Amino acid sequence: MREQLLSVGIDIGTSTTQLVISRLTLENRANPFSVPRVDISEREVLYRSEIHFTPLKSDVRIDGPGVRAIVAEEYQKSGFRPQEVATGAVIITGETARKENAQEVLSALAEFAGDFVVATAGPDLESILAARGAGADVYSREHHVQVLNFDIGGGTSNLALYSHGELVRTGCLDVGGRLVKLDAEGRVSYLSPVIKRLIMEGRCPALEVGRQAQEQALEALAAYLTRALEQAAGLAPGREEMESLLTQGTGWEPPEAAPVCSFSGGVADCIYMPPEDRLAFGDLGVMLGGAIRRSPWFQKGVTRPGAETIRATVVGAGSHATELSGSTIFYRDIQFPLKNLPILKLTAQEETLDGAALAEAVRKKLGWFDGAGALSPVALGLRGERAPSYARIQAVAKGIAQGLEALCRAGCPAVVAVEADMAKALGQAMAPLVPGPLLCLDGVGVDNGDYIDVGEPAAEGRVLPVIVKTLVFHTTQGS
Amino acid sequence: MNEQELRALVERMIVELAGQAPTPQVKGADYHPMEPEGAAGGSGCLEDIAQVDLRQQYLVKEPRNASAFLDLKRRTPARLGVGRAGARYRTATMLRMRCDHAAAQDSVFSHVAEEFVQKNGWTFSQTLCKEKDEYLTRPDRGRRFDEQNQAVIQKTFGQGPKVALVVGDGLSSAAIEANAPDCMQAIRSGLESYGIQPGPVLFVKYCRVGAGDHIGDLTGAEVVCMLVGERPGLVTAESMSAYVTYKPYTGIPESKRTVVSNIHRQGTSAVEAGAHIAELIKTMLERKASGIDLR
Repeated sequence: MREQLLSVGIDIGTSTTQLVISRLTLENRANPFSVPRVDISEREVLYRSEIHFTPLKSDVRIDGPGVRAIVAEEYQKSGFRPQEVATGAVIITGETARKENAQEVLSALAEFAGDFVVATAGPDLESILAARGAGADVYSREHHVQVLNFDIGGGTSNLALYSHGELVRTGCLDVGGRLVKLDAEGRVSYLSPVIKRLIMEGRCPALEVGRQAQEQALEALAAYLTRALEQAAGLAPGREEMESLLTQGTGWEPPEAAPVCSFSGGVADCIYMPPEDRLAFGDLGVMLGGAIRRSPWFQKGVTRPGAETIRATVVGAGSHATELSGSTIFYRDIQFPLKNLPILKLTAQEETLDGAALAEAVRKKLGWFDGAGALSPVALGLRGERAPSYARIQAVAKGIAQGLEALCRAGCPAVVAVEADMAKALGQAMAPLVPGPLLCLDGVGVDNGDYIDVGEPAAEGRVLPVIVKTLVFHTTQGS
Repeated sequence: MNEQELRALVERMIVELAGQAPTPQVKGADYHPMEPEGAAGGSGCLEDIAQVDLRQQYLVKEPRNASAFLDLKRRTPARLGVGRAGARYRTATMLRMRCDHAAAQDSVFSHVAEEFVQKNGWTFSQTLCKEKDEYLTRPDRGRRFDEQNQAVIQKTFGQGPKVALVVGDGLSSAAIEANAPDCMQAIRSGLESYGIQPGPVLFVKYCRVGAGDHIGDLTGAEVVCMLVGERPGLVTAESMSAYVTYKPYTGIPESKRTVVSNIHRQGTSAVEAGAHIAELIKTMLERKASGIDLR
């Protein structure tokens, strides 16, 4: 059994806007004598758009119609129609995500996004998508090493650390190529707030908008930014420069042992294939790339260019945002797709309860989402157990069914997302206890603060495409 | 250990094995056994070798990259990275091999307790085999029932049930005791959730997969679903399979059976397999087919 899904990725970044269309191949990897196990066996990028500068109306507003025109044009060039696309992600990344009208732009793009597409932003997800687009996770799994991917864009660098193929943590630094913009004569035309702060704190040489930028000053700034990256990789001693550039609200702990460093994002091209003219892009990018290339710390360690560089995030969004649920799941009367379900996750301790106590724990959590008196749809997240007894399944089913009663009465579907492989048994046990729509899926790890989207069933109804959106800032995040 | 000590050790072993001493070339006092490798510790308790997770046991000394090897080991139950003592396995590896082999043999030669069958509310029956040796040497007799047992089967299922649920000991009683109750409960509740009456459960002692065909002949069941203990291996002695067949009869081709194998703690869990089997039965009833006809 092989089945294919088309997936779109649209990345609206601080400096560039891009689109890719990928083909995901679904295959049953289990032998015919076992319970099926459907996986995504191949992710192939079919179309890569041009790299457009992100149209901005002002420093704080994205030009919505401008973005829409780019996407429409690229769809046409690709030869695919939006209706053919089954899944994917539209993401607004980097500093752009903080623009006033980001949400409005996303909704303007809805018609191009097919039926089931995520519209979101958030540095955690961005780091993960970029690292996966750059192939850092696969490299780390295949070579059994730690890989730290730096996706260095216009306004921010997204960090993702993988160990043996598993995500360890993500982070974000305000290090990017377009923190300083220069005109053709080499005059400063823009200084980001971060750079202004660094100048004010006396950490780097003074630059002023409208004034000629001294080459030395720019080189010193590039060296300062590079030092922050070296420290974040745990290569250079100290952490002062790194901490001065942590994106607000985030934290980062350098890995203990030196990782393999992988570079993606627009600045990665300036590391490996620098243009002759250092003002080629009218910004700091070429100099920053040069400083990283010449860094004695990175030279001493092991580095590699990402499988994708400037397109890493968009390829990540197009090819890697979608996961599949486990292949033994249960659903009844669900209207797919389900979008933006917030996760309500029980603690490990609460999960050990059963019957009435479990029901009470679920009810209490439900209270959190009981905004404005009306209950809105949520998904209950569980860790689950490996090889539970049937009595245990029944006890859990009973507790959850009772706990979700109010939600079901309010007309919301009962949705349970379990990590361990037990969703089908749990779903069948819950079926007689829950009136109306019911969905139990497994194989997806979720946490409080995450949102999930669930697409139309695929592979003869055996699996569901799932996108887990991590929106909150974590200081240190478990996998 | 020097050469002299080695010689003394070999001579001692020959004495123990053959019961006679060769002409001693070195005095027994020259042999000083090595200190045992920390196994006993201070508690005076030996580690239970059966409890060691082989996927996390890596015995190579001074490995170049232990974490990478352990990463690979997590994906396979094979006994890799066992190190060596001279040209041989280390004691821990040899003992564990014998331990697993013994467990495999035990599960073939032991019986599912009658109280266990009763406790689960299953109806007892037995094939033509009278004892284990006959069961192992005469597969044909493990597929048929005598008149008395035929009557039990007919009384249990009646005529033309939608589904006949059967548990057979097969080649591993341990597999049945570990998995069948949970799996059967999951199947029954799954069937109920699809609106199918699960009916009673029949237990068959000295059971081969083909016994389900005779049950099909006797009852005319639409689907016979049999949970049966798999031939044990060194990875686990507790692996169970389900053979599910649409309208089986004596002589039905093997290709008409659908099998779900590897039901055990480290494989597919009993309850999740049960849920899958329940849906499989539902699909078979709808499509009126099983085995390769169902693909």
